[in-house]
Amino acid sequence: MRRVAVAGVGMTKFGVSEKSQVEMFAEAAMEAIDGSNLKARDIQALYLGNGLGDFEEGQMNLAPLCAFELGLPVGAPAVRVEGACASASVAIREAFIWVASGFYDVVLVGGVERATAMGTPLATRTFAMGADSRYEGFSGVTFPGAFAMVTRMYAEKYGLPLEVLKRHMALVAVKNHKNGVKNPLAQFRKEISVDTVLNSAMVADPIQLFDCCPFSDGAAALVLAAEDVAKKLCPQPVYVRGVGQGSNGPLYRQRDITRIRAREEAAAQSYRMAGLTPADIDVCELHDCFTIAEIVASEGLGFFPFGQGSAAVEKGETAIGGRIPINPSGGLKAKGHPIGATGAAQAYEIVKQLRGECGDRQVAGARVGMTDTLGGDLATLVNIIYGV
Amino acid sequence: MSYPLTHRQFFNGLKEGRLQGLKCADCGAYTAPPKVACAECGGRELTVVELSGRGTIRTYTVIRVAPEGFTAPYVVAMAEMEEGPWLMGNVAVEPDSSEGSLIGRKVTVGHRLVEAGNYTAGEGVAVTFDLVD
Repeated sequence: MRRVAVAGVGMTKFGVSEKSQVEMFAEAAMEAIDGSNLKARDIQALYLGNGLGDFEEGQMNLAPLCAFELGLPVGAPAVRVEGACASASVAIREAFIWVASGFYDVVLVGGVERATAMGTPLATRTFAMGADSRYEGFSGVTFPGAFAMVTRMYAEKYGLPLEVLKRHMALVAVKNHKNGVKNPLAQFRKEISVDTVLNSAMVADPIQLFDCCPFSDGAAALVLAAEDVAKKLCPQPVYVRGVGQGSNGPLYRQRDITRIRAREEAAAQSYRMAGLTPADIDVCELHDCFTIAEIVASEGLGFFPFGQGSAAVEKGETAIGGRIPINPSGGLKAKGHPIGATGAAQAYEIVKQLRGECGDRQVAGARVGMTDTLGGDLATLVNIIYGV
Repeated sequence: MSYPLTHRQFFNGLKEGRLQGLKCADCGAYTAPPKVACAECGGRELTVVELSGRGTIRTYTVIRVAPEGFTAPYVVAMAEMEEGPWLMGNVAVEPDSSEGSLIGRKVTVGHRLVEAGNYTAGEGVAVTFDLVD
């Protein structure tokens, strides 16, 4: 396998957009292509993460439309990749493998979503399609509902009073909003307090509105290139050092949903490939679709022992300047979560962090960064480690 | 090969008051809802059996923002059946009753019909849990 580098990155502002998915992806992708000192005609393939474009715009087969919009060669295959909220990270891992294998030298990868076009009832319904449609969907379970069940099980398992856990969860939201203020592309750029979270509307007991990431529109993109190509294009490329992906069944089969096995497998693969351990990670963008999700992810990735991720938040260990800064971009919570784009936006942040281009939210001296993206019923988990 | 117990057959069982599952000849584990191979060991020698329908709630939530087609609030839970499998379903309890935590409560399995709607591939059957203690 060859070494693979990120030659360029691009991202739109996340939030509510009047632009179509094709237009948003084109913006992000052109920024990535320009930043790579390449032309669209140099791209050999496109892997495009997209979750629910069919429901959002009545648009199927989005990838070739995006490729043509950009001016990619007609001979460049354009492939839509769907792994629910992990779609873009699945796409990045696929693109990485094609370049690492030597099949392609230069590939465009990313994702796009326009979730706000659906409105809350349809968005809630379609996001819940990530559950098992036969044996979970008819109960009316929602995505916040799934993580509400994680929350209750976590409190029960570790003997933590729910009020204490809820406070720690609120602190995750407070931290990520604080980081989001410093990110010009974030959907929410406003600090909140623990009371903001605890006084917000109940969505799925005990998950409240400010425990949840928003519905979002947006796009992000990366150009991946073989090492020898990337070295000619940019002075200091960021390398993909390890990738991992795990897959699992529905929640009722997973049983102990405080331990996301697909993540533990994916993380182990990525650490093994990179020859690194959790202690080597300087900065991490992980899947905080709900505040409890950040806590269990920080444990599953090996940053904290199981059951102790909750208290680590209160100690400030996950803040910028803490032992392992988590979600300096604001995370899904404040930056926004256009599901098909999220993994690519996490990669965008890590690449910018490793290049030292993050301004007020820069993690000092970061040389190794990790992304963590979760899709569906805790069913698709992708971890990617980047380094300079 | 033929699929050992389809979701439609599983639903029909629920409608007749039976919780069906598959017993594995290799490891003895029960798989429910059904699957093409044993959920524990992957064994393929499976016999359709009827489970007791008795279990214990392991976690739950009250859904307050419902998807299209559902009316909030309602309770969703996962319960562990006596024979081992876990199921997701609705708890037949007032969402805002003063029951306290439902974790650990004993239940029996019932069912609720869900009318065919957009993207449901026909009529659905949801598992329900009735509190017994």
